[in-house]
Amino acid sequence: MNHPIECHALAKRYGELAALDGVSATVPRGQVIGLLGHNGAGKSTLIKLILGLIAPSGGQLEVLGQSPWRAHALRRRIGYLPESATFYGNLSGRELLDYLARLKQAPRTQVATLLERVGLAHAADRRVGTYSKGMRQRLGLAQALLGSPELVLLDEPTTGLDPQATRELYRIVGELRADGRCVLVSSHLLAELEPHIDGALILRQGKLLAAGSLHALGDQAALPAQVLLRPREQTMPELIARLETNGLSAQARPDGRLELQVPRAGKLRVLRELLADPAIVDLDVREPTLAQLYDWLGAGPPSTAEVAA
Amino acid sequence: MNPILTVAAKEFRDDFRNRWTIALTILFALLALGIAWFGSAAAGRVGFTSFDATLASLTTLGAFVIPLIGLLIAYGSIVGERDDGTLLLMLSYPLSRGQLVAGKFLGHCGALAAATLAGFGLAVAIMQWMQPPAQTMQAWLQIGRFILSASLLGASFVGLACLISVQTADKSRAAGLALVGWLVSVVLFDLALLALLVVSGGNPLERAVYPYLLLFNPVDVFRLVNLTALGDGAGNDLLTGMTAHHNYSPALLYALLLGWAVAPFAWAMLAFRRKEI
Repeated sequence: MNHPIECHALAKRYGELAALDGVSATVPRGQVIGLLGHNGAGKSTLIKLILGLIAPSGGQLEVLGQSPWRAHALRRRIGYLPESATFYGNLSGRELLDYLARLKQAPRTQVATLLERVGLAHAADRRVGTYSKGMRQRLGLAQALLGSPELVLLDEPTTGLDPQATRELYRIVGELRADGRCVLVSSHLLAELEPHIDGALILRQGKLLAAGSLHALGDQAALPAQVLLRPREQTMPELIARLETNGLSAQARPDGRLELQVPRAGKLRVLRELLADPAIVDLDVREPTLAQLYDWLGAGPPSTAEVAA
Repeated sequence: MNPILTVAAKEFRDDFRNRWTIALTILFALLALGIAWFGSAAAGRVGFTSFDATLASLTTLGAFVIPLIGLLIAYGSIVGERDDGTLLLMLSYPLSRGQLVAGKFLGHCGALAAATLAGFGLAVAIMQWMQPPAQTMQAWLQIGRFILSASLLGASFVGLACLISVQTADKSRAAGLALVGWLVSVVLFDLALLALLVVSGGNPLERAVYPYLLLFNPVDVFRLVNLTALGDGAGNDLLTGMTAHHNYSPALLYALLLGWAVAPFAWAMLAFRRKEI
């Protein structure tokens, strides 16, 4: 196995409840992969399995070439930022990272570098208990990077971060990717996550709903692109009629623009025609978003009937 | 550094920061000095008089206080981390669950032992300074024995606290269970034995079994270690009276105390290994 994470028919049951059920997937090196799914979809269970904190009930899982269950030394090569990270409030940021660096047998020189990297150098000697939520989250990212891990697991990493800190976080994630590391990011904020990930693992009720690059998943879903047109004044009714004869149904929006759903297959041909149309003064193309793909896959939370079943 | 020592060093430092260690040091020193100074007040005297009587009183008091402190200092070790949300983070580091429990156990035991040594050591130093002739080599040995056995007694209750901490769902339940543990081992166990003895009328079988039943409680082993070593009439209580005809081997008593220090902690390690996270 060559990928940082490879699993085959991976299952985890808690009594009757199947938290993960037959998940087979690979996560390649040098990529940022989104781990998506509703609450209870199995994301946290998968992360705990990857960290070797719980034993699989069935199937195989290899992380960085070995089974992670109780492989304590393996965790030296993994960085993990838990959701809503909390730390020992009585320690300063520097003391905390120093303690964790000792546990990870990471070079202690990394402590100051990482505090600088996440923008906490100025608060390094303040007690963590006085940190804002965003600062704690940045400290969480810093500790996840101790020991230069090959695999980084980030669970809802931007919770509590302001937009600038969020951008900083994803900048660091980008650096990790460029450095050949593998980053698995679990998040509910699909729009925020989308520009930063190469692919996704989408879970629903413990089952893997879809896995692959965003591009491949987009092809698989074949969702139409959204095109917004601004018609020349007085030409709206005539333009709508003309589009309809071409098989495109247009809807007027309150901002005076027309909205078209253009099928993926003939998108280029339609766009060329629209660009050549003198009744159109402006045109805006929006590709299907990760959120739309997510909805199309039916990845939302299960209905009451499903839960009962 | 070994992860156990890393965790232990942090817990030890935390107990200092939280002022546990300094508060215990002061408490132990004041208790020791108070008992030594006022111990003979009933006889119309104050001052450092009978060393054996002082140590006997300290043993009785230590048997109450040290288990409670051991439980209080460590009942939140694991369940507190779970409540605070730091447990998952700690377990994501390259250390086993057993190593985490072991580190916490050693750190708290170290803090308690340091406070015992510093507190009682300080008291003895003051006594020595104020009344040098009262101290003999024998007295120093007894003090050393007391500090060692008090540290082992503390360790057994730190171990019990770790076990409670691993097995309970939240910190308040752990605190409740710790108090029950204290009540059972310090008060109810001896009461039950006493009741047994009274009901049976002290028949020969009871008298033969009783000395061994005491060994099932680390608090009683601690009392035996210290009180049986003191001379007659040094304030030995009911316990030594009832076990007067039984010769306990000091080595056996220390081995038992050590066993009591290790057993609950080892159970806590095993229980935590099997716990679903």
